[in-house]
Amino acid sequence: MTDNIVTETATRIFADFADPQTINRARDDGWRGPLWHKLEEAGLTRAWVPEARGGAGADVADGFELARIAGRFASPVPISETLLAGWLLAQAGLASPAGAMTVAPCRHRCRITVGADGRLSGRARGVPFAVGTERLAVFAHGANSGVIALIDPAACRLTMGKSLAFEPLADIEFANVRPLAHADAPSGLDQTALMIMGAVLRAVETGGALQALLEMSTRYAQERVAFDKPIGKFQAVQHNLARLAGEASAAMAAAGSAAEAIATVAGDPGRFDDGIFLEAASARIRSAEAATEGAAIAHQVHGAIGFTKEHVLHRYTMRLLSWRDDFGNESQWALDLGNRIAKLGADELWPFIASR
Amino acid sequence: MSTALQFDPIRLPPECEVLRREVRAFLAAEMAAGTFDPNAIDKDDLFNASFSQKVGKKGWIGITWPKRYGGQERSFLERYVITEEFRAANAPVRRHFTADRQSGPVLIKYASEAIKMDILPRITRGECCFGIGMSEPNSGSDLFAASTKATKTKGGYLINGTKVWTSNAHQADYLIALFRTSAATKENRRHGLTSFLVDMKSSGIAINPIYNLTGLHDFNEVVFEDMFVPDSYVLGEIDGAWKQATSELAFERSGPERFLETFTVLIELVRVLGDKPDVRAAEALGRLVAQVHTLRRMSVSVNGMLQAGKEPIVEASVVKDLGTIWEQKLPHRAREIAAFTETDDLGNRAAFEEHLAFATMIAPKLTLQGGTTEVLRGIIARGLGLR
Repeated sequence: MTDNIVTETATRIFADFADPQTINRARDDGWRGPLWHKLEEAGLTRAWVPEARGGAGADVADGFELARIAGRFASPVPISETLLAGWLLAQAGLASPAGAMTVAPCRHRCRITVGADGRLSGRARGVPFAVGTERLAVFAHGANSGVIALIDPAACRLTMGKSLAFEPLADIEFANVRPLAHADAPSGLDQTALMIMGAVLRAVETGGALQALLEMSTRYAQERVAFDKPIGKFQAVQHNLARLAGEASAAMAAAGSAAEAIATVAGDPGRFDDGIFLEAASARIRSAEAATEGAAIAHQVHGAIGFTKEHVLHRYTMRLLSWRDDFGNESQWALDLGNRIAKLGADELWPFIASR
Repeated sequence: MSTALQFDPIRLPPECEVLRREVRAFLAAEMAAGTFDPNAIDKDDLFNASFSQKVGKKGWIGITWPKRYGGQERSFLERYVITEEFRAANAPVRRHFTADRQSGPVLIKYASEAIKMDILPRITRGECCFGIGMSEPNSGSDLFAASTKATKTKGGYLINGTKVWTSNAHQADYLIALFRTSAATKENRRHGLTSFLVDMKSSGIAINPIYNLTGLHDFNEVVFEDMFVPDSYVLGEIDGAWKQATSELAFERSGPERFLETFTVLIELVRVLGDKPDVRAAEALGRLVAQVHTLRRMSVSVNGMLQAGKEPIVEASVVKDLGTIWEQKLPHRAREIAAFTETDDLGNRAAFEEHLAFATMIAPKLTLQGGTTEVLRGIIARGLGLR
């Protein structure tokens, strides 16, 4: 697959089957099945699963491009989660089943362990799309190494919740759960590596969504007339939109850089070094900050209409705000990055930054 | 939206890393030899002639320029590495930096061959200091309100009027300045200004120092009284200077100097915090580092796109807008973060306080120089199709 084909195919499918305006008006979620079917049929959902294991075996960069397009459409389906699950399972040589998947844990401090009997224990909080996905890909801590496991969510206890965008979210409790399949994680694949992949996927989605938000807000400012002229002619509104452009740019640049860094090492967690950590943490931190600022500006530009259920704006802003919490929030990543910098010391700060 | 914003994830090529090692070795040696002190931040020695000459000897001034003018014909990304390493080390580059960044490239584009052969090699040797004559008492951000007059006379022009906030003028060998050769027209208020090369040895120039709030002498008032400029010193189209600043502006606005001017505060903050900062400090430090990494990646991206012949004008304005606001806030954030640190190592604390005080004092200018925040946001809004 090349970037172009992924971009074109994903854009066409999302535009045809999940246009945010159309599904915002829909009475039920009858659109969900056909959308997922199309994404799956095009091989996109298992882009990061090797061909030998039934996937598309696409480049790492293609998967990130798919996430960017999903962000542009404020994707209402677990496309990044399924991509990530496919990647995680593939690292341990496990096959990916058909259907939607999600990943646990997806927060830094959640810890799942695997006993000598191969059963899983522990808790994963705030797992996106844990309801409605057929399988869970799990990273668990074993006695000597990490273990990757494929789990049937029906075997776990789920406490249901909702994200800010009313997407299903759940706390999952693993009480001696027997995996459908499991294998040792390769060396280098630890929980941090999983968080890196998840955080960069979310950062890329955030960049895509902010880009769409900028276009939408700019268009609205050109159309909406007040005081006898389009509000986009007022300098105060122009400067707000210029700030939004800055935030969107920062998110896109940081996320694009991190995605490129990971693609350069072919998504191999054995090659995730300090530089990749800096890239991923920065992408996560900066894109989440941009989401906070960008959502506020977009709402300010749209005025009251943007605060309605009827308007499509919330599909973007509430997802942007919700995504900040997945795979480590920006505060957690900033804490870890800050501690690494402190260990490196003052004289290594600049060489570390300049190494990227 | 007229054009989508784009930040390609460009990496510096291997030759840049070779060069980076050379630059670091050079800087370390010069610091050891006492040519400059990175902690001597509020001294008047930023115009360090012997340092500039040594940099020139290395071939690091005008490194992208044609060899026949003393350049090395190397890439803008190599120039990028030199610029960022010098900034991060707080090296005294003022004497040659303006010429290296913008005056030289303007001469290459618009000056006669004779002038190029005369001046450019001197710049590359670090022997030539340039200033920029744009602002006037009644013309700052509104550049096209400039009224300093160039009146045609035999063989050239007579200049009368006043430029202000002119950095380097008291040290400069030349200025590149905008003078009014015609009145603006109804259709085009930008019409009528012409770009000139000014030899500071000319008679009819008075330079009056204006001390900035730090107490340092950087900018000046420059008064022209019947100063003669020969025809050959006209740079580009008469009355058409407004057409001439496109890609130069992108270079001027997107470089590492647009987010690293207070960077030493961050270095000293890390020193003060030590290897086990508390949660609050570590988290705040992480956010600052994420910002500077992102800004640098954006800046490299714009420079890479420029090297590839693109004109990312809006992207460059975004880099300067975000970068200058960040470097302006940095000392204030650092002060808050360091508020609860106690250290026995008073030496570290003293260095931090000194960098912090100076950065806090210069912070207000960062979002003014080279295009204010308001001007930049206007350019970005135009890029979005709003103006």
